[in-house]
Amino acid sequence: MAKPTVDQVWEWLDAVPDPEIPVISLVDLGIIRGVEWQGETLIVSVTPTYSGCPATSIINLDIEIALRGHGIEKLELKRQISPPWTTNWLTEKGRAKLEDYGIAPPQPAGGPSRCPQCHSSNLERISQFGSTPCKATWRCRDCLEPFDYFKCI
Amino acid sequence: MTRDEALFEFLLRMGDNTLILGHRVSEWCGHSPVLEEDIALANTALDMIGQTQLWLGLAGEVEGKGRTADNLAFLRDAWDFRNVLMVELPNGDFGQTLMRQFLYDAWSFVMTDWLKGSSDPRIAAIAEKAHKEVTYHLERSGDTVIGLGDGTEESHSRMQAALDYLYPYCGEMFEKDKSDELLAEAGIAPDPTELRPEYDDIVGRVLAEATLAIPGGSYVHKGGRNGRMHTEHLGHLLTSMQWLQRAYPGAAW
Repeated sequence: MAKPTVDQVWEWLDAVPDPEIPVISLVDLGIIRGVEWQGETLIVSVTPTYSGCPATSIINLDIEIALRGHGIEKLELKRQISPPWTTNWLTEKGRAKLEDYGIAPPQPAGGPSRCPQCHSSNLERISQFGSTPCKATWRCRDCLEPFDYFKCI
Repeated sequence: MTRDEALFEFLLRMGDNTLILGHRVSEWCGHSPVLEEDIALANTALDMIGQTQLWLGLAGEVEGKGRTADNLAFLRDAWDFRNVLMVELPNGDFGQTLMRQFLYDAWSFVMTDWLKGSSDPRIAAIAEKAHKEVTYHLERSGDTVIGLGDGTEESHSRMQAALDYLYPYCGEMFEKDKSDELLAEAGIAPDPTELRPEYDDIVGRVLAEATLAIPGGSYVHKGGRNGRMHTEHLGHLLTSMQWLQRAYPGAAW
C-alpha cells in the first residue's frame, strides 16, 4: 500500500468523533496537534483538553482504530502538553456544530453570547462546572432552558 | 543529595498533594448538598488526579527505575508519601472541605504560576497546563468561602471554625529544606518561603470579604512534606485508595 499523504490522514481524523460530544470531530476540537511521517512510522500528536479528562484514553483508542482501519501499520501516538490546549483551537465548523447540538460555543468574554435554543442573550450562570470537565452550566432566562456552555480556557 | 534526587523529591511533593487531595475531594461524589456542587467537586477532583498523572509520571521518569505514575500512587505506603498534612485530613463538613480547597488552591495558584517559568521545560509544561485549571478552582473555592463566610450565622460560624482548624496547617506549604535550596539555585523550583507574600495577599483579601478572622498564633502542623510524620488519617485513606492493588497485586484493567 502506498503511504497516504499527511492531508489524507487529517481527513481521516476529521471523521473520528469526539467520544463525549460526538457531533464534532477530534480535528474540530483542536486536540490533534501534529501529523507527520518519520520514515515508515506515522506520528500523531494529541493534546488533552483537561489534564484529568477521562476521554483521553478513549480518544487515543479511537484514533488507533480509525487509522489501523485505513491500513496504517506503524503508528505512534504522542502526548503533547505544551502549549496547553485552548478553546481558541476549536474550528469554525466545530463551533457551529456545537451550537446546533445545543452547546453554546466558547466566547472570549468568558460566557455564552446567546442561548443555543432561542438565541436570547438574557442568560445566567448556574455553575462553572458541568457534565464534562470542559463545560459549564448556564440557563436562558427567556426560554428557561438550561444548557451546557463550552467554557473558555 | 544530587539534583535529580532533589527533583524526584519535589515532584513527589507536587504529585502527592494533588493525588491525596484529589482522592479526598472525590469522597464527596454523590454526597454533596446540591447537584451542582457534586458535579463541581467531582470535576475538581478529576483535574487534580489528572495533574497527579503528569507530576508522578515525571517523577518516575526522573527516578529512572521504571516506576510509572500508577506504581507510585498505588504501590507506596504512608511513609513514602510527601504530601502536606492538610490535604490528608478528613473532609469534615462541606464548608470545611471548601475552606481547605481554598487554602490549597491559593498556594497551588502561586506555585504553578512560578513554575511556568521553571528552567526545566518539562516542569514548565505541566505547570502551564495545571495553572489554567487551578485558576478556575481558586475562583470557585474563593467565591464559595465568601458566600458561606459572609452568609448566615450558622454558615459563618462553621467557616470560622474550619479556618481556625485548618490555618495552622498552611505553614507547611512554605517550609524549606536542602532539596528546595538545590532546586531554587538551579531555577527549577521556587524557594517556598518566597511564595508566602503573594499567598497571604490572596488569602487575606478573600477572608476579609468573607468576614472571617485569620487566627493568631504561629504553631505549624508539619511532617508530611518531608515524610517524617503523617497523621493517622493517611493510612486509612490509602487502605481505601490502594485496596485493589493490595488485594490483587498487579491487577490490570
